[in-house]
This record gives sequence, structure tokens and C-alpha cells, in this order.
Amino acid sequence: MSAALKGKRILLAKPGLDGHDVGAKVVALALRDAGADVIYTGLRKSPAYIAQVAVDEDVDALGLSILSGSHLELVSQTRDELAARGADHMALFVGGTIPASDHEALKALGVRGVFTSDMRLADVVASVARALADETRERAPEGAG
Amino acid sequence: MRTSIPSGIEVPVVVGPGECRPEPPEPPGRYPFTRGIFPDGFRGRLWTVRQYAGFGTAEDTNRRYRFLLEQGQTGLSVALDLPTQCGFDPVDPMARPEIGKVGVSLSNLSEMEILFDGIDLSRISTSFTVNGTAAIILAMYMACADKRGVARSKLTGTIQNDILKEYVARGTWIWPVRPSMRLIADSVLFANGEAPRFNPISIAGAHVRDAGCTAAEEMAYTLANGLAYVDELSRRGGEAERFARRLSFFFYVHMDLFEEVAKFRAGRRLWARIMKERYGVADPQAQMFRFGVVCGGSSLVAPQPYNNAIRVAIETLAAVMAGAQSIFTCAYDEPFQIPTESSAELALRTQQIVAHESGVARTVDPLGGSYYVEWLTDRMEEEIAAAMKAIEDYGGAVKAIEEGWLQLKVAERAHLRKQQIDSGELPVVGLNCYAREDEAPAPVEAFRLDPGAAARVLEKYAAVRERRDNGAVERQLARLQAAAAKDDENLMPYLVDCCHAYATVGEMVQCLKREWGEFREPIRL
Repeated sequence: MSAALKGKRILLAKPGLDGHDVGAKVVALALRDAGADVIYTGLRKSPAYIAQVAVDEDVDALGLSILSGSHLELVSQTRDELAARGADHMALFVGGTIPASDHEALKALGVRGVFTSDMRLADVVASVARALADETRERAPEGAG
Repeated sequence: MRTSIPSGIEVPVVVGPGECRPEPPEPPGRYPFTRGIFPDGFRGRLWTVRQYAGFGTAEDTNRRYRFLLEQGQTGLSVALDLPTQCGFDPVDPMARPEIGKVGVSLSNLSEMEILFDGIDLSRISTSFTVNGTAAIILAMYMACADKRGVARSKLTGTIQNDILKEYVARGTWIWPVRPSMRLIADSVLFANGEAPRFNPISIAGAHVRDAGCTAAEEMAYTLANGLAYVDELSRRGGEAERFARRLSFFFYVHMDLFEEVAKFRAGRRLWARIMKERYGVADPQAQMFRFGVVCGGSSLVAPQPYNNAIRVAIETLAAVMAGAQSIFTCAYDEPFQIPTESSAELALRTQQIVAHESGVARTVDPLGGSYYVEWLTDRMEEEIAAAMKAIEDYGGAVKAIEEGWLQLKVAERAHLRKQQIDSGELPVVGLNCYAREDEAPAPVEAFRLDPGAAARVLEKYAAVRERRDNGAVERQLARLQAAAAKDDENLMPYLVDCCHAYATVGEMVQCLKREWGEFREPIRL
């Protein structure tokens, strides 16, 4: 796999009570293979805790893994906790058991990509890399090219 | 075409007598039970058709149970929501987003009384998929029977109560490994005495399998965990000759039909041999490997969802030909939602068609004696034994789990499996082959949880706390904590008393956390 994410710091987190962590771990291994520094929170973390770790660790992206059907509530809470810490710009991704009918609602909450288990890992990595590349361009100071 | 089974065993183009052991396996019902634990297979009794269901409030789930029973289901299987499984009361901020989502909310005895309203506990067998709080839910079930005037000795069913695999996959752990093992031993020994027809533990490989392990690893890790429980039960004064009669197992059945059949035939044989040779168990009832299965899980995919119904039918055939004692068939829409009433009904009909039309249940172990099946059973037995030995060499299942070794192995295996699917090496129709770019979403009915369910759960919770005798609750919790401090007390009678007083699951869990602390997850990637 390419080193598309070299130098990027990514936090993967399990908000709420859902204990299915294999998807998060598989994605962690794939992102690491693509060159990223990956931090994984472990299970059962509150949105406030996750936002605090994201800020403290100064990560470029945050991925939330949710398979319990509570994604709308948990993503919205995490978004608020990030905003409360001045980190509303952070690229946010969500993976898990997410019905297609909820993808738009998640995007409206600022989620940059929604990943389900049917997706190829290469596509997940590419999507994260693309979003982070856009981000770098947008946030680059005027004229810095 | 791939020439090896997913567990990695290379299969010859033809298997004949030259590849097989000369002696045929012993008849069904005879040690070591390769061909089945009963001499008459399903003629004596068909497997238990047990569909997993539970969502929202106890009232909602009670209605679904009555529907399933009217449709010919023969046992109930209770899905609990995550707060109940992880020991949080619904008012806890961690619980709020999850109330009633993946199962029914059951925070105290009054909710269980509603759940089983109009259902005769002395006649229906009930399975509870709960682990972290299993001892509490079992105590609550006994308290519920007491309130109804049903003798505890009449209760039948199964409670999963297998904490070891929760630390590896699924994650509903609460306390550290060792006190959790003690609580499991307490509940098994207590149930053996009070409710001897109830299976107080179902040692499950299903979750590590669904996480990505091979069929051989699934069986190996499950048997290794089983041995850890046998050791702990023996340490707490249980006699293997007695408690082993009520041990049961639970697995996934995925798509490779002969691999699955061979897995169970090999598992039966290995378990019986270990019980006899290592633990000196003489009673055949205590050597028997009884198992339930779930068909579906991660073998099902969201694209072209109706294909999943076909997958589940093939997996059901494998389960029956392997001699499963109970079967749960997943609904085709499970990869993306909680099943609707109609998809759940189709899953139930799948079993009924296999049972009553296909004829596969007519004779015991219909594949026995096939060169391929006997050869593959032997090869699977070798694979399983090798994976078990790796765990023993590490220092046993408890150590491998406390140190995160097994978790790491499962994650690596899951990563490999995902890569094999991504590359097309493991074909999945509709996903990595025969996929349609222009696929329109299937006209699948959507399941929508009643948005008012959480509010009603919270109202009922407040009402119970209002009307119960809070002094009595405090007294019972104090007795529980005092008993937990002593290693030689069985905690179950104290938990039953707490349930009778309408103490909540969260209160009992907190009480034991004060004594035991919490599990700290070893994160190794």
C-alpha cells in the first residue's frame, strides 16, 4: 500500500458502549500500512474524552467506529465536544453499521467520509488521504502555494 | 478456483480410501461422539429454532416474542441493549444514546416481568445473550420465576455468561478477568443446584469468528476458553462430572459447507477426549459437546441483500448436517439494520423448510462415512489442536487475554481476511464478483425504532425507584458487597435478593466495581 498518509496523525475511537472493535482495528492497521501514525482509544469512551485526546494529541483526523445504531447521537455529541475545544475544523470520519439513509445526515454533521464493512480498505485509505490533502490546501496561507 | 478451505487446509481433487483412516468412526451417541451426541439424531427431537430478538422497551419486545411463538418458534432468545449488557442504568450519560438500540432495555426486575408477560416460564426455553452482567440477569430470571410462582427447577434455557471472549471480541466486559471468572463459576454452580435443567454458560466462538478468525481458530479458542472455565469451576469446588453436563457451546456457521460440518465433528471429538483424558470425566453426559449456532453474521453483506437469504439457507443445511442442538438464522437485512418483522419471518421459515422439506434431518450424521468429510474432520482436528497448543504454550487462555495476545492475533487475522476479500481471493457474490455498478438499492423495508422508546424506559426507571423500598435496596447491596469481599462466598443468592428488592443492574454493577475495580483494556496493535 502506498505511503499516501505519511506524516499524518489519526485517532481512531470507539464512542459509546458498542464493543465491536475489529473494524476499527483493521482500519488502524490499513492506515498504518499507508504511513499514518495511528492512535486507538480502546472501547467505551465518552465523546468528551475522545475530543480531548484528539486535541491533546494534535491529530489530523478523527475516525469514529459505531456499530450499535447510535451514530447520529454520538457523532453529533463528538462534534459539539470538538467545537467546545476549538477543534471544529478537525476532519471527522465514521465507520460501522450505518444505513445508507443516514449518510446524508452524517455529512450534514460535518462528517467527511462514511465507511461500511463492504468498502475496500484501499478505498477507505484513499478517501482519508484525499480529504486530508484538500484540508491542507484549504488551510494553507494565501500565496503559500 | 481456490483449492484450499478458508482455514487453510489444501484439499485434494479427489479424496478416496487411501487418504482416510481405515477404521470408520464409532456410531452416533457413542464416545467420542464424532457423529453426534444422540444415537437417534433429530428423530428424537428436532433442534431448537431460536431467533434472537429484542429492541426498544420490554413491551415492544414482548409483542415480538408473542408473534414469533405464534409462528412456531420453539424457544426465545433475548437480545439486550448495550447499557444492560455493560451494566449502566438508562439514566447514565454513557447509556442515553444506546437505550433499546441493539436489544431490549432491562434495568430491573419490573422490566423483566413485562418482558415475559403472558409467556409461561415453565414451558418455554429462554436464551439470554449477556456476559458482563450475566450473573445479574440470571438472578433476575430466577427472581422473576419466584414472583410468578414457577419453581426454579422448571426453568430451561441458556445464558451466554462467557466473559473470556468478550475481552477478545464484542467487548461487554466490566470487571477484571479474575473476579469475572469467579462470578461465572458462582453462577454456574448455583444454577446447577437451583435450576438443574438450565444451561448456565454457553462458551462462544461465534464472536471471534465473526471478527475474522478461521473456523479452526474459532473452535480452538472456544475449547481453550472452555478449559479455563472447567479449571475455575474445579477451583471453586465444582465437580466436573456434574457441572460439565450443563456446559454448552455457541458458534457461527459461515459459507464453506464441508469445513463447517468437519469443524463440529472434530470439536465434538476433541472436547470429549479432553474431558475424559484430562479431567477423568466418566459420565457420557458430561463428555458431550452440545452446541448452538448462528447462521449469517459477517458472511452476509449489504450489496444485493436478498442473496443473504440463500447464504443463510446453505449455512442452515451445514448446521443440521453437523448436528446442532439449536439454530438461529440471521435475517437478510442484518448487515445494515435490525431485522423487520417480515425479514425475521423469512429467516424463521428458512429453518422450517430445511427441517420439514429438505429431508436432511431424517438420518443421523448423513455425511458420515464420506471420504472427504472423514478426511477433513481429521485435518480440522489437527488444525484445532495446534491452535489450542499455541494458547497453552503461551500460558493458557486467561493469560493470553489479560495480556492482549489473543486480541492482537484476532485483529491481524481480521486484517488478512479483509485483504483476501478486497483482492477477490475470497469470493463474495455481489460484493467482489458479479457486483453491479448500476445496482439500485433493493426495495427493502426499513426498520425504524420507535423514537419514544428511550423516554418511556426512563419514565419507568424513575417510577420503579420511586415506589421500591430504597432502604431494603441499600441493605441488600451492602450484603452483596460484603460477600464479594470474601472469595469463598457464592454471590448468586445475594444477587437474587437484590433483584427481588428491585435493585437496578447499574447499582449491582457499581457495588461490585467498588470491590473489584474495572478491567483495563490492553491495547496492542
